[in-house]
Amino acid sequence: MRKYFNSIRRIAGNVVTVDARGVGYDELAVISTSRGDSLAQVIGLDGPEVSLQVFAGAHGVSNNDRIRFLHRPMQVPFSEALFGRVFDGSARPRDGRGPAYGDPLDIGSPVINPVRRRMPDQMIATGIPMIDVFNSLVESQKLPIFSVAGEPYNELLARIGLQADADIIILGGMGLRHDDYLTFRHAFEEGGVLGRAIMFVHTAADPVVECLMVPDLCLAVGEQFALRGERVLVLLTDMTAFADALKEIAITMEQIPSNRGYPGDLYTQMAKRYEKAVDFDQAGSMTVLACVTMPGDDVTHPVPDNTGYITEGQFYLRNGRIEPFGSLSRLKQQVNGKTRDDHRSIMDACIQLYALCRESREKRDMGFEMSAWDRKLLKYGLFFERRIMDLSINLPLFEALDRCWQILAECFDPAETGIRRAIVERHWPTGLK
Amino acid sequence: MKGKISSVYGSLVIAEMEDRVVQNSVGYCVRSDGTRLLSEVIRVRGQLADLQVFEETRGLRTGDGVEFQAEMLSVVLGPGLLGQIYDGLQNPLPELAERVGYFLKPGMYVNGLSTAAKWAFTPDVQAGDAVASGDTLGTVPEGIFTHRIMVPFGWRERFTVERIAPAGSYTIQDEIAVLANAAGQRRSVTMQQTWPVKIPLNVSRRRLMPTEPLVTRVRIIDSMFPIVRGGTYCIPGPFGAGKTVLQQITSRHAEIDVVVIAACGERAGEVVETLRDFPEIIDPRTGRSLMERTIIICNTSAMPVASREASVYTAATLAEYYRQMGLNVLLLADSTSRWAQAMRELSGRLEEIPGEEAFPAYLESRIAAFYERAGAIELADGRIGSLTIGGTVSPAGGNFEEPVTQGTLKVVGAFLGLSRARSDARRYPAIDPLDSWSKYRGIIEPAKVARMRRLLTQGHEVRQMMTVVGEEGTSAEDFTVALKADFFDNCVLQQNAFDAVDGATPAERQRFMFDKALQIVDLELGRLDKSHLREVMVRAADLFRNWNYAASGTEEYDRWLREIDRFTADRGRPMP
Ligand SMILES: Nc1ncnc2c1ncn2[C@@H]1O[C@H](COP(=O)(O)OP(=O)(O)OP(=O)(O)O)[C@@H](O)[C@H]1O
Ligand SMILES: [Mg+2]
Repeated sequence: MRKYFNSIRRIAGNVVTVDARGVGYDELAVISTSRGDSLAQVIGLDGPEVSLQVFAGAHGVSNNDRIRFLHRPMQVPFSEALFGRVFDGSARPRDGRGPAYGDPLDIGSPVINPVRRRMPDQMIATGIPMIDVFNSLVESQKLPIFSVAGEPYNELLARIGLQADADIIILGGMGLRHDDYLTFRHAFEEGGVLGRAIMFVHTAADPVVECLMVPDLCLAVGEQFALRGERVLVLLTDMTAFADALKEIAITMEQIPSNRGYPGDLYTQMAKRYEKAVDFDQAGSMTVLACVTMPGDDVTHPVPDNTGYITEGQFYLRNGRIEPFGSLSRLKQQVNGKTRDDHRSIMDACIQLYALCRESREKRDMGFEMSAWDRKLLKYGLFFERRIMDLSINLPLFEALDRCWQILAECFDPAETGIRRAIVERHWPTGLK
Repeated sequence: MKGKISSVYGSLVIAEMEDRVVQNSVGYCVRSDGTRLLSEVIRVRGQLADLQVFEETRGLRTGDGVEFQAEMLSVVLGPGLLGQIYDGLQNPLPELAERVGYFLKPGMYVNGLSTAAKWAFTPDVQAGDAVASGDTLGTVPEGIFTHRIMVPFGWRERFTVERIAPAGSYTIQDEIAVLANAAGQRRSVTMQQTWPVKIPLNVSRRRLMPTEPLVTRVRIIDSMFPIVRGGTYCIPGPFGAGKTVLQQITSRHAEIDVVVIAACGERAGEVVETLRDFPEIIDPRTGRSLMERTIIICNTSAMPVASREASVYTAATLAEYYRQMGLNVLLLADSTSRWAQAMRELSGRLEEIPGEEAFPAYLESRIAAFYERAGAIELADGRIGSLTIGGTVSPAGGNFEEPVTQGTLKVVGAFLGLSRARSDARRYPAIDPLDSWSKYRGIIEPAKVARMRRLLTQGHEVRQMMTVVGEEGTSAEDFTVALKADFFDNCVLQQNAFDAVDGATPAERQRFMFDKALQIVDLELGRLDKSHLREVMVRAADLFRNWNYAASGTEEYDRWLREIDRFTADRGRPMP
């Protein structure tokens, strides 16, 4: 027999407090209101009082609405029937089709034992030299695109997502605009991957609590597929919306904020999600690419800042290009030592020289005389931007490396590049100099 | 001692007690399915005990039972710690993986040491000998070390050895000695003992002034900002600036006996790198795998915050234990900010009055107490042991004016500050040579170090000036200073961590190299125009860098060295 509780004591923010017994922390409930049923999650137990966070928000909840406890955590059906489908942050279909059936899967699974992780070692070729040469992407990496609003970050995310050639793509949209959703859908269709894509989409019009569920839903499903040996790619956009949802909820619950209104556990909350990226020992993998829009182009803002401390690098998108400074792939050294012997030298030298070029530009802009050396650097900077940095360029790695050598040789003497002699001797283009 | 859960808020559980309870003692929250979740009493108010639970509290209900224990959160000490990979509460992760697979399971605890393994014990005392806590009763070989079996550290009386086990093979649970105190009461000793992690473990005659340089083989550290055995240092820096890489290379190359790595609230992947690599790397100093001198405490960011808070103490206690054997131990904590954040989360749950950035008011004293566990000590038998602590700090926004960095700077002996500008330009290690400092004396004569520091400062000033007056407004003399400072920075201070040779420079080579660099810096370049000056220094840098990549004792090494000497003798003159 179903048991209902209806002695609601308080309603504040998205939180409803009810008297109930035998309820477990973190478990799920259903609250039936005049607006329909909504899921809710136990976020506090205090004597007879149970505090519930209502997914659809507490608007319209009345003090004698009925609550039923499910005695289980949030779940998502898991099966191949999910492919090609679109769901919302409560895992309900939002594509007008019927419910998807599958084995119920708890979200927020336990922590992966680190000793069961493999060392990631498969490079993901994207054809984008700024990634492949300078910040190689690696299977199972967790890596966000840092971007200002207005940059084509979702396009870039979709492009990398398709090039990555994963078995399964899972898109998690948080506060996603409809045209961005269409961008992805279109890209998946074009790329012929819609049949192995799953989408969990929360839009800005949806309740804020559902925004929080999106990464967990994506990662729970992705993890199961990875355990079955698949190479899964999860795309999360925009994680800033996720963080803002955390903030909004923390503030309505009167938690003491730590930094610009964000709760003190922002790092932990985000890390729990990103850390699901994994290369399982003797099973598949899950790569997590995300978008983080930076309010005010400020990388020290708590969201990009905490993200940077969690993820394995970041691609910094600015002025339609992936910035060499600030962009980083921390896993690149796992793969770029065995691509070609000059890969690391080119990677270091080109960036160091480009840094010097920027200094020369600053001097030039202040009206100082340019020395012969400055002029070399300026020329190099221009070539580098046009022939390597431009995002429209699509080149395989080795060709991109060759092109870097070509540019270096057109601009510098070998010793000026700082590349060690042995490597220069093997790769310096002949016929130039 | 029993109680019942009355409230659950995240990792905080409030229980009503039926009888007495000890502050900081351990309790188990018993879930309705019988799972027992480890927790610690962190506050007592009347009949209410606040517990921080070291697991996810999912599924706990009000009315569930709590079993309180008398002892505080402790670790087990004995042979077999080296080479282990533990979580923050000393559960061996490989063993957990064997039992429960890919995921950790709340409530699953495994003894930190194998009770089945046998160790070859050799007694060191005879019946009738007088002993006290920390004294060696016998030894067992543990990998490359002689592991001392000591009188339990908490036994603060004088004892007479009544019985000592003969040489032979024993498990850590077998009795190896019986000791009697003055009143004739007998106590049985095994090869394992426990120690509460939050109490510093130090049984010694006195603390010594740490002076012995700890060579890390990272040049900018050893040459410019040295650390010493028994000292403390911190590495603050923005994300991605190279804190972890610096800790990793230190854990590999440091000239030290035992390394304890505390991966605290950071990425699991970084630990995986260490635990996959280390067993394969042969330590040239011992000829054995690096893992044999390493203990990893791994409490990654996804693991529960309460055990993150405990993990640094677990690491410190294991490190102190090996110090008691007269060994030199290095504890690397990455990152202490995550530990501080764990304190902040718990403090928030307790609704304590927050300090700056919502950190608890006791943040600074906790940081100070943690670093205070480092130190060089003289043991009862005159041997010396040391514990060096190096912690990374991850300041919000990369801004060092924040509570954790500031609290740390007050107590450490060396500050290795990483700079975003340097890491962006891929000038690694990105330790800022102008801001960083060390109170210790290292392997290079202080006068020479001071000389180079001056050069770096002057070089920086000239560069600053040049942004105002341009290269054309700078005198050739000043310009030379800037070039020489760059040369020293690029060729000596920067180091390619991923190159087998350049990545680690032994002390002897560092001294030699420092002198060679000094010769070049001291060169009178004479009247040359600026582009010639630049060419000369580019050549010097090229020679030096190639020399850095050449392994000592090779023909290549000699060749580059000869070229450098010729360059110096010719004052860089003859252009090629
Ligand atoms: N000494 C070095 N030599 C070469 N590359 C380095 C060096 N130090 C850091 N890097 C590069 O920078 C990346 C980031 O370094 P690291 O992971 O140590 O940063 P971190 O300061 O620990 O960042 P976080 O605070 O986010 O953990 C590395 O993955 C590597 O690519
Ligand atoms: Mg790090």
